[in-house]
Amino acid sequence: MSILAPDTEQALAAVVARAHAAREPLAIEGRGTKRAMLRPVQAARTLSTRNLTGITLYRPTELMIRARAGTPVPEIEAALAENNQQIIAEPPDLGAMFGATEAATLGGMVATNLSGPRRIMWGAMRDHVLGIRAVTGEGEVFRSGGRVLKNVTGLDLCKLLTGAHGTLGVLTEVTLKVLPRAEATGTLAIRMSDVARGVAALSAALGSPYGISGAALLTDGHAALGLPGMVALARIEDFADSVTYRLARLRDDMAAHGQSTLLDTPASHAIWRAVRDAEPLGAAAEDAVWRISVAPSEAAETAAGLTRAFGAKLMFDWGGGLIWVAGPANEAAHAAVMQAAEAAGGSFTLFRAPASLAASVLVLPPETPPLAAIARRVKATLDPAGVLNPGRMQA
Amino acid sequence: MITLPLPKPEILARRDEILVDLGRLLPADAVIGEAIRMKPYETDGLAAYRQMPLAVVLPRTTAEVASVLRYCHENGIRVVPRGAGTSLAGGALPLADAIVIGLMRMNRIREINLEDRYAVVEAGVTNIGITKAVEDDGFFYAPDPSSQLACMIGGNVMMNSGGAHCLKYGVTANNLLGLTFVTIEGEVIEIGGRHLDAAGYDWLGLITGSEGQLGMVTEVTVRILRGPEGARAMLAAFDAVEVAGAAVDAIIGSGIIPVALEFMDKPCIHACEAFAHAGYPLDAEAMLIIEVEGSVAEQDILLGKIRDICARFNPISMKLAESAEQSLAIWKGRKGAFGAVGRISPDYLCMDGTIPTGELPNVLKRIGEMSVKYGLGVANVFHAGDGNLHPLIMFDANDPTSFRKAEDFGAEILKLCVEVGGCLTGEHGVGVEKRDLMTSQFTAGELNIQRAVKTAFDPQWLLNTAKVFPLEGNPKIAA
Repeated sequence: MSILAPDTEQALAAVVARAHAAREPLAIEGRGTKRAMLRPVQAARTLSTRNLTGITLYRPTELMIRARAGTPVPEIEAALAENNQQIIAEPPDLGAMFGATEAATLGGMVATNLSGPRRIMWGAMRDHVLGIRAVTGEGEVFRSGGRVLKNVTGLDLCKLLTGAHGTLGVLTEVTLKVLPRAEATGTLAIRMSDVARGVAALSAALGSPYGISGAALLTDGHAALGLPGMVALARIEDFADSVTYRLARLRDDMAAHGQSTLLDTPASHAIWRAVRDAEPLGAAAEDAVWRISVAPSEAAETAAGLTRAFGAKLMFDWGGGLIWVAGPANEAAHAAVMQAAEAAGGSFTLFRAPASLAASVLVLPPETPPLAAIARRVKATLDPAGVLNPGRMQA
Repeated sequence: MITLPLPKPEILARRDEILVDLGRLLPADAVIGEAIRMKPYETDGLAAYRQMPLAVVLPRTTAEVASVLRYCHENGIRVVPRGAGTSLAGGALPLADAIVIGLMRMNRIREINLEDRYAVVEAGVTNIGITKAVEDDGFFYAPDPSSQLACMIGGNVMMNSGGAHCLKYGVTANNLLGLTFVTIEGEVIEIGGRHLDAAGYDWLGLITGSEGQLGMVTEVTVRILRGPEGARAMLAAFDAVEVAGAAVDAIIGSGIIPVALEFMDKPCIHACEAFAHAGYPLDAEAMLIIEVEGSVAEQDILLGKIRDICARFNPISMKLAESAEQSLAIWKGRKGAFGAVGRISPDYLCMDGTIPTGELPNVLKRIGEMSVKYGLGVANVFHAGDGNLHPLIMFDANDPTSFRKAEDFGAEILKLCVEVGGCLTGEHGVGVEKRDLMTSQFTAGELNIQRAVKTAFDPQWLLNTAKVFPLEGNPKIAA
């Protein structure tokens, strides 16, 4: 497969314009670390943003950073760390899950709208995309948003392109809102007997006034905790004095939920990094991986159904609202996930699967006919010849 | 003055027939055609512009909204959606050939779920009404625009409203889970749900802030949050705008994100003090109101840190609230800022640009120069943490020259916001007010892409026509 990797936005736009004129589809990617996500793209050539790199504007006191789309995420994180700041949504590093050998790019992180544990308190990746530059499927460069934190000028195409997996435009530059890194992080870990009680404990923590920035449930616990079996985790990130005070209050308030222990900053960083990257899910190399989003009170029943259907491996984040699922990569398991998500009034993503499965099923919930019609018209507007990532989100 | 498109004569000619049709679609009390009863709908919070609509309808259900939209689509009739009409940008200004669809009768709270932390409310529920419904349990709905007593959640969604506390809690878009959305064809679509981050295209994000260009929202599922243990404010006054700006940078740079960080310039301090007697320092050139959250002990620590930072900038005075009552007193002047300016000037225009915060001293200096040039007073309030500037331009609406000057002054400020790297509107929306300035922020190509997205939702351009997009360049839609 030939890879085109222009080093200017203008050259990239010219590639897309030619592809549009010739009706020749392009697979759009940064460094391809999440190529195995969703469905395989049907395109003979790949257009990569890997050579559009570099931070173009960083103003720590204005809480914003702007970089070209191919900039590796670790490079951005390193620049932010020098000023004690961070990417707010805590995007997972899926290198292990997808077997990638390179670091992911900013553009790929935004195009897939990936958010980690902090989503529950501080919002999703898409909430922090202040501005974009992108190229339409006809090769036209456009901007949306800007560099300021509050902006309602015109239609918000930043949100439309974030999470569109490169199907509505090729991101060439992204401006993100950033925030200070907390001085300290603490975690309350509580031993749990089942998922329903675990989610109830997390709901109680999130309903407390202590500012919980992570709320996860690990079905097999975690070796580092010294607690056997299932464990609920609630995280607080703030100034050190506040973390100490709030964690103690939270532990008191939650005493009835079960035996508990407290984790200090280094131990908290380690365990939440693992949660972020879905390591406790324990997905085997041959397993398919799904993400299901539901109202937390639906989590236990949803999980029980999947356990009955195919002995699913499970991990819960976002207070029970995000269920990571691993299981056999077959249509029966996928059908069970779809059915469970629908029954719970939620949403699902077939996150990782062999191409043979991903290409033959719906990897995302189908849109209702009126919305599907609007989606087709929006797609036809931004990519009339259908050259951007055909097949990525649906057949 | 802003021009409105010529009404379609064939629609005006069919007015009686249209009223009869609407009467068949809706209960009799939901259709308003008499001039005297339509009068309250002829303008919104941007009262300088007035236009009587063709008719007003006040549906009570999503199905009724859908039936009116479908009828309008089939008959080529323009539609102006309206919440409480508190828009300061003319977002709800009627057109002579348009039906205003008002949402104020859709004011029921459908469901509150504290365990899953959401509320489902109809679009006509007021912003404060959501918080009132959950505050006894310690919860609140975070976005708090200053019109929150009156403004409705449906309008908040359409404008992506912010407020003084969005530095920490985000704007409307960051606090939504789902919408009941009605297309111009009358299709009812559920977007999102009761869960976070539905997979697929982010329709929720695109619709939020779309100013009625894409469809109407009749029901909203919002996130509700547990409130902090408490909150307290402090005030710091400085002898120069630059110094106050540097203090803001130092606070943010220290890793503290206050829940609110408000800036007032000298004219604003004076207007507010005369109005509210809040004890503001009248010799200051600039003043900050800074609010932090947490337990009393945490508040003490954070306010102490901020006081130490401010002390490095030789403040004229500082005042830390010792109690919730003292906090309210500090906020009283700021919350009454618009009313206070209304007291010293017959009329004012409230602008709403956003700038990179580092540009504040430069921008305020240039606004001062413009004030001299146009011969009109201006007072500035500013959400300093996020760069959202609200210059209040004082004028006399009885003097047409004064109004024209105020509009030109405002346009020059907004162009300056764009020039220094900011934008035309941070939270009020484009509406009619800033429509013709869109070409200063976007290229013709960029505007055409946005127009094409609108066309994908509203092929005949019936929804809130003549707002947001400059008329020149809009597609010519066959009648």
